[in-house]
Amino acid sequence: MSDVIQAPGIPAEPLINPRKTFADVNEEVSAPLERKPGMLWKVFFGISLLLTIQFFMEIGYQMYKGIGIWGLNHPVGWAVDITSFVFWIGIGHAGTLISAILHLFRQRWRTAINRSAEAMTIFAVMTAGLFPLIHMGRTWFGYWLVPYPNWRFLWVNFRSPLVWDVFAVTTYLTISICFWYTGLIPDFASIRDRSAGWRRAIYGALSLGWRGSERHWQHYERAYMMLAGLSTPLVLSVHSIVSFDFATSLLPGWHTTIFPPYFVAGAIFSGFAMVVTLLVILRKVFHMEEYVTLQHLENMNKIILATGMMVGYAYATEFFVAMYSGNPYERFTFLNRAGGPFAWSYWIMVTCNVVVPQIFWFKRFRRSLPVMFVASILVNVGMWFERFTIIVTSLSRDFLPPNWSYYKPTIFDYSVIVGSFGFFFMWFLLFCRFFPAISMAEVKSVLWTAKKSEAAARERPRAKEPAHVS
Amino acid sequence: MFLDRFRKRQPSRAVLALYDDPDRLLNAAALAKEHGLEGLDAFTPYAVHGLSEALGIRKSWIPYVTLVMGLSGAALGLTFEIWTSAFDWPIKIGGKPFISLPAFIPVTFECGVLLGGTMTLAALIFACGLPNLKGPILDRNLTNDRFGLYIPEYGPSWNEERILRILRGTGAVDVKVIRV
Repeated sequence: MSDVIQAPGIPAEPLINPRKTFADVNEEVSAPLERKPGMLWKVFFGISLLLTIQFFMEIGYQMYKGIGIWGLNHPVGWAVDITSFVFWIGIGHAGTLISAILHLFRQRWRTAINRSAEAMTIFAVMTAGLFPLIHMGRTWFGYWLVPYPNWRFLWVNFRSPLVWDVFAVTTYLTISICFWYTGLIPDFASIRDRSAGWRRAIYGALSLGWRGSERHWQHYERAYMMLAGLSTPLVLSVHSIVSFDFATSLLPGWHTTIFPPYFVAGAIFSGFAMVVTLLVILRKVFHMEEYVTLQHLENMNKIILATGMMVGYAYATEFFVAMYSGNPYERFTFLNRAGGPFAWSYWIMVTCNVVVPQIFWFKRFRRSLPVMFVASILVNVGMWFERFTIIVTSLSRDFLPPNWSYYKPTIFDYSVIVGSFGFFFMWFLLFCRFFPAISMAEVKSVLWTAKKSEAAARERPRAKEPAHVS
Repeated sequence: MFLDRFRKRQPSRAVLALYDDPDRLLNAAALAKEHGLEGLDAFTPYAVHGLSEALGIRKSWIPYVTLVMGLSGAALGLTFEIWTSAFDWPIKIGGKPFISLPAFIPVTFECGVLLGGTMTLAALIFACGLPNLKGPILDRNLTNDRFGLYIPEYGPSWNEERILRILRGTGAVDVKVIRV
């Protein structure tokens, strides 16, 4: 099976250097797990840990005092917390897209990046999951979200999108972990077989005793395919359901049918930007430049460009529909977004999400590490502000002017934002240190294809020669 | 034939031929199959395409588990929603009917995916006989860069010399006779 449909005569850039051996893959991917972490890792981890500690201290104080310590006020009851929730759920979507959808489409360039992207999904959803809990104020009643038999004889309201959210996010987290773990089993076995002592015992237990029998691979491949097939509609459903939280309400600016595709495109957009940010760092810190090549990054930048344009198109559609609907509230909301007190947030969003990705039209920028690193961070800034714009501007000026109010974040809002980043990066750094960050088994199969196509390329000119003899 | 699948086979000897190239393993597997050797297996660091066909291994039944469990999950989810909202304690909310099907679809779908996905992983673990921490590791490089063809003792016709003769020209880097 060929990886890409290629015009004859144009050599495909190999996904991996065909001169590498299978043993090199094991050696180089396992290396970060087997040596002491470098200074850079320690510094990053230290910072993330501090941010995480202050995050949980803030949560503790907020549970003691109440959510009033945030800048929430009467019309703006949802702000940084729900913005961050939607943001982090969205980040997760790229991981599932890479691992499941690209798998179904046989895009084999995903093999070098799917493991870390899936890890990113899990940590992003874990981070996201904290926000609805702390936003409840009385976090200790969080279990009320789950339908369980109780002395009040009450069930949850299954017609509410907030309940759909509970099911969507828990299912998403569970299935992502299943999918990720399935991928990790053979790699844990590889690490087990190259280590001794306690390390062998731990990775051996994690591998569940996988031995690579073909009878097992047969089941494994099919199960992996099934999980990919289940994850694909799942990932689309999750952000659609998140968007229903807004779309099924009656607030102008929220009550629109465009939300599900708009949210899904935005989620993939921001998620891919986060993958680029993480991989640029990962390949540098752990010396994975030969696995996560510029071609991988370029492919992702193309997806960022495409989804960025979808998001830009959605912004335009929203404006047009607001104008065309003839609904004065709807019209006002959109004019207010672009020219009201939160115009700064709106224009940050448009600049970062629509203007910045346009540089990826140029191959030179698509392949430039500093450019893509800065652009990917800006895209995520823009996507955070997109959710902020949607949530806060719509709430702050609803139907009745006496209800209006401005929203001003307090120090605790900032603490939650940076804290969530610290929490996310802390898990990701631990993952890079203790788990194989690249799927060795999958890279080996791509490596074999690369070796064979190189061998074929070496033989082709010789085979052709006799044809020219007349 | 059918009952054989449930009988625990306990071979006491096996031949393990190690290759450093998946194509050589595929050829050797086809050759072994041609000579009528039974109970063949292979140990590889990654899923080599076409190997199951070459060894005559049946297709996995896991997709049926996913299908059945996915549908059961969805059915259970929908039944539960209908029972709680329309029968156990019906409450009129937003003027919607007690059985508001369109509003019940998201949770139905999520329940289907949840049960289907977790049961797929459970089926995989069951099908591979995992966890199997005590199982012998035939060669440490089988999860690294070696591709092993495994020919267990199978029936009275098993003959070590004959197998070694068959495997001679296949380019194995190492052939071991394992006593389990």
